[in-house]
Amino acid sequence: MNAPPLLQVNQVTKAFGGIFALNDVSFDLHEGEILGIIGPNGSGKTTLVNCITGFIDLTAGEVLFRGRVISGKPAHKIADMGVTRTFQIMRPYFSLPAYKNLVIPLFAPRAKRTGGWRGGGKLGDRNTVSIDILEELGFERESFVPYKMASNLPTGYLKRLELARCLALNPEIIICDEVFSGLSMSEIASMVPLMERLQMEGITLIMIEHRLRELFRVANRIMVLNFGEKLMEGTAEEVMADEKVKEAYFGSEEVEEVMEHA
Amino acid sequence: MTFSSERGLGRSQYLTMDILIEILIYGSVHSITLALMALGFALVYGTCRVPNFAHGALYIINGFIVWSFLRAWGLNYFLSIVFAIIVIGVMGALIYQFILIRVRGMAISEIIASYAIGLAILEGLRWGGFKGMTYTLPTFIQGSIFIAGVPVDLHRIVVLICGAALVGFLWFFTHYTRIGLALRGMAQDERAALMLGIDSDRMAVVAMVFGSMLAGIAAALLLPLGNIVVETGYNVLILAIAVCIVGGLGSWMGAVLAALLIGFAQILTEVYLGTHFKMVVALLAIIITLILRPSGLFGRQKELEERV
Amino acid sequence: MKAQHEQRRKERLDRGIKVRSDGIYALMSWRELCYLVLPRLVLIVGILMLPLLMPTMYWQRVISIVCIYALLTLSFDFLAHFVGLVSLGGAFFIGTGGYLAAILNQSLGLPPLLSIPLATVIGAIICTLFLLPCLPLRGVYFAIVTLMYPLLLMRVIEALNILGGTDGIVGIGSFANRWVEQYFIIIMVLLFLFGVRRLVNQDLGLVFRAVKDNDQAVRASGMSITYYKTIAVFIASAMGCLGGAYLVHIYMWAGLSTFALDFSILPIAATVIGGAGTLVGPVLGAFILVPISELLRAFGTLRIVFYALILLAFIVFRSEGIMVYSQRKYHQFEKWVRV
Repeated sequence: MNAPPLLQVNQVTKAFGGIFALNDVSFDLHEGEILGIIGPNGSGKTTLVNCITGFIDLTAGEVLFRGRVISGKPAHKIADMGVTRTFQIMRPYFSLPAYKNLVIPLFAPRAKRTGGWRGGGKLGDRNTVSIDILEELGFERESFVPYKMASNLPTGYLKRLELARCLALNPEIIICDEVFSGLSMSEIASMVPLMERLQMEGITLIMIEHRLRELFRVANRIMVLNFGEKLMEGTAEEVMADEKVKEAYFGSEEVEEVMEHA
Repeated sequence: MTFSSERGLGRSQYLTMDILIEILIYGSVHSITLALMALGFALVYGTCRVPNFAHGALYIINGFIVWSFLRAWGLNYFLSIVFAIIVIGVMGALIYQFILIRVRGMAISEIIASYAIGLAILEGLRWGGFKGMTYTLPTFIQGSIFIAGVPVDLHRIVVLICGAALVGFLWFFTHYTRIGLALRGMAQDERAALMLGIDSDRMAVVAMVFGSMLAGIAAALLLPLGNIVVETGYNVLILAIAVCIVGGLGSWMGAVLAALLIGFAQILTEVYLGTHFKMVVALLAIIITLILRPSGLFGRQKELEERV
Repeated sequence: MKAQHEQRRKERLDRGIKVRSDGIYALMSWRELCYLVLPRLVLIVGILMLPLLMPTMYWQRVISIVCIYALLTLSFDFLAHFVGLVSLGGAFFIGTGGYLAAILNQSLGLPPLLSIPLATVIGAIICTLFLLPCLPLRGVYFAIVTLMYPLLLMRVIEALNILGGTDGIVGIGSFANRWVEQYFIIIMVLLFLFGVRRLVNQDLGLVFRAVKDNDQAVRASGMSITYYKTIAVFIASAMGCLGGAYLVHIYMWAGLSTFALDFSILPIAATVIGGAGTLVGPVLGAFILVPISELLRAFGTLRIVFYALILLAFIVFRSEGIMVYSQRKYHQFEKWVRV
C-alpha cells in the first residue's frame, strides 16, 4: 500500500495522574481495511478510542486523519470529519423510539452536507430514511421493533442501533468498541457479514474485541495492547503464534481454543 | 450576620497595624463561623449525596428551640442547648426517613424536596410571629479582652475554640470510629460499601442526624452574637453551599480551607468596600468556582468527572 | 407463577386512534375528531375567556400574573425535561427582562409594545451569555449556579446603588387599556405553549431531547452540545424575559423584588403538580397554584408554607402530576382483571 494512511496514530500517550493508560502507542490505518485491536482488560483499548475520537485529551502524541492533525479538536468536530465511534456501554437516546434515534445523526451537519448513508440527510424525510437504515441493519421494517422505545430494546438491537447511529453520519471510519460482547452466538453470526459488507462499501473499521475467533475472521490486521503499550501488530496467524501475546493472555482459555482451531 | 460592623470597623482606605490585626482576628473568627455553618451540609452531601437545602432552616429553628426552652420554659441555658440539639437531630432523622428517602438518587427532586422543607420551616416560623429583633440568646461569657490592642469579646474566643475543637473531633470521628469509617466508605463508593455490609439507608440517617446536629451546634454557638431572624436561614444556606463548592465536595480539608479563604475575603471586602458586598463575595465565589474549576479548589478527579 | 390468593391488576387498553408513529392520526368520524380536538379547544377557549369571566380588576390582574408564571413554568419545563438543564433561574430571567424593559421605557421612551419585544430579545441574549460558561455543568451544579445569579444581581444592585438601588425604577409607562394588557400576555402564553410543543417534536427538538438523554452520543454524532444548549437556553430565557418585561409594565415599577425567589420556586411547584415534561401540565399547574396563593394572600407568608407543602406532597407521593394522570385516564380504558 503506497497511499498515505487514512488515520495515523503517532506516539499517543495518556496519563491519568501518574498512571499511564496509554504509553507511546503508534499505528497506521489504511483505507478500506479492518483493524482489530485486542488486549486483556485494562490494557487501554477504550482509552485509545477516546483519545482518537477526542473524548479525552492526549497527554502527548498526535492523531492525523488524512494527513491533518485531529488530536486536540473537540469530539464533535472529529465526528464531523468522519471518524465515528460506538460506545462500549451503549448510549442510545432512551426516551426516543428506535427510529427517532437515527433522526439525530441524520440532522447533524455532516449528514446534511454529505447526504448521510443512503441519502436522506439532504433529501427526503428523515423518519423514512432512518427506518431504511434500521432495516439494513436487521430491524424488521414491518414489525414494531423500529417504533419501540430504545429503553425497551434488547442488547442485540441496541448494539445494532449504536452502529446505525454511526452509519447514518456517512462516516469514513467507524471505531467499534466491543460490538460483539454481550451478544449470543447467533447474533454475532449475523453481525459478521454486516461488518464484511461495510468493508465492501468502503468504510474503514477499527474493531476492539474480546471475541477473538470472530474478530480474526473479519480483521485484516490485528494490534495487541497490554498495559497501555503496543505489544505487536500483524496478521491473525502472526499474533496467535507470538509468545508475548500468549504471555499477556496467559490462562485465557479462549486463546488456547482459538489456537487449536487455527 | 455582621460581626464587626457593630464595633465600628467601617470603611478604611489604608492599612495600619491595628487594622491588620483586626482583620486577622475577625477573619479567623469569621472563617471558623463559616466552617461551622458548612460542616453539617458538607457531611450530609459528602456521605449520602443529598444536598440538604433545609440546612439553613434547621440552623434557625434550632435557635428558636433554644430560645423557647430558655425563655418560655425557663430551662437552664446549657440544658436547653443540649435538648435543642437532640430535638434537631431527631428532626433530621425524621426528615430523611419520611421524605428524602423517597426521592433518594433523583438529584433534582432531592434539591426541590429539601428546599421545600426548608421553605416551609422558615416561612412557617415567620408566619408564627418569629420575626423582628426581639429574639436573642445570651452570650456564654460576658465581657471582652484585648489582643494586641484590639478588643475581642469572649464569646468569639469561645466560638473560635469550640469550632476548632469540633473540626478536630470530626476528623478524629471520621478516621478512627466504626460509624465514621462507614460514613467515609459510603462517601467513596456507595455500592461497594453496600457489598461490605454497610446499610446505606441507616448510614444516611446517621449522616443526616449528625448533619442536623452540627447545624444545631453551629446555631447555638453563633446565634448569641446577633438576633435570631428568619433571613439568616437563607444566608446560612448560601454560605454553606459556597464553602462546600469552593472547597470541593467530599473533602474535609477543602471545606476548612475554603472557609478560611471565603472568611478572610469577606472580612477584607467588608473593611474596604462595605458590608453590602459581603454576600456578593460568597455568591461570586460559588459562580466563579463552578465555572472555572467545577471540582472545587481541593476536590479530586472523580468529582470532576461527575460534574462535567 | 401462581398467586396464592386472588389478585387483581389493572388492565389498560388504548382508547386512541393514534397510528403507531406519533403525530399521525387516522380519523374516521366526527366523534373521533371531537375526541382529539376537544381538550385543546377547551384549553384555548377557556384561557381566552378568562379575562371576560373575572369579576373585578383585581382578579384580572391576577390573570396577568398567572400568565407570567405560566411562561416561566413553560421555560422551566422545557429546559429541565427536554434539554436536561434544571434551571432555578426564573427570577434571573424575570429580573433581567424587567430591568431592561424599564430602562428601555424610561431612557428611550419606547412604548410597552416596543420595549417588551426588545427587552425579550436583548434580555435573552444577556441571560444566555451569563449562562454560557455554566452550560457544561450538570444537574445539581447548574441548578445551584442559576439559583445564585438572581441573588448576586440583587445584592450587586443593592450594594452599588445602581438602577435605582433599593427603590427601583418608578414611573414606567403602562398599556393603553386593560384589554390590550390582558390579551397581549394570554396570546403570548398560548403562542409559546403551542410553539414549544411543536418545537420539541421537530428534528431540532429531538436533538434537544437527545442532549438530555445522552450528550456523549450527540457529540459522537458530530454535533456540538454547547451550541444546542445555547439555543435552548436562549428560547427559555426569552420566555422568562418576556414575562419580566410585561410584569414591569403592568406594575409600572421595576425593583429588586423582580429577582425574588418566588419566580424560581413557584414554577417548579407548578411543574411538579401539573406533570413534568408535558408542557401543558405545568401551565395548568400555574393556573391552579397562583390563584390559590392569591386567595391565601391574607395569611401572609403562610401561603409560601402552603405551596411548599403541596410541592413536597406531590414530589414525594405523586410525582407524575395532574396532566400525566388525566392524559392516561383520557386515552386509556382501565378495568380490573383477575390474575
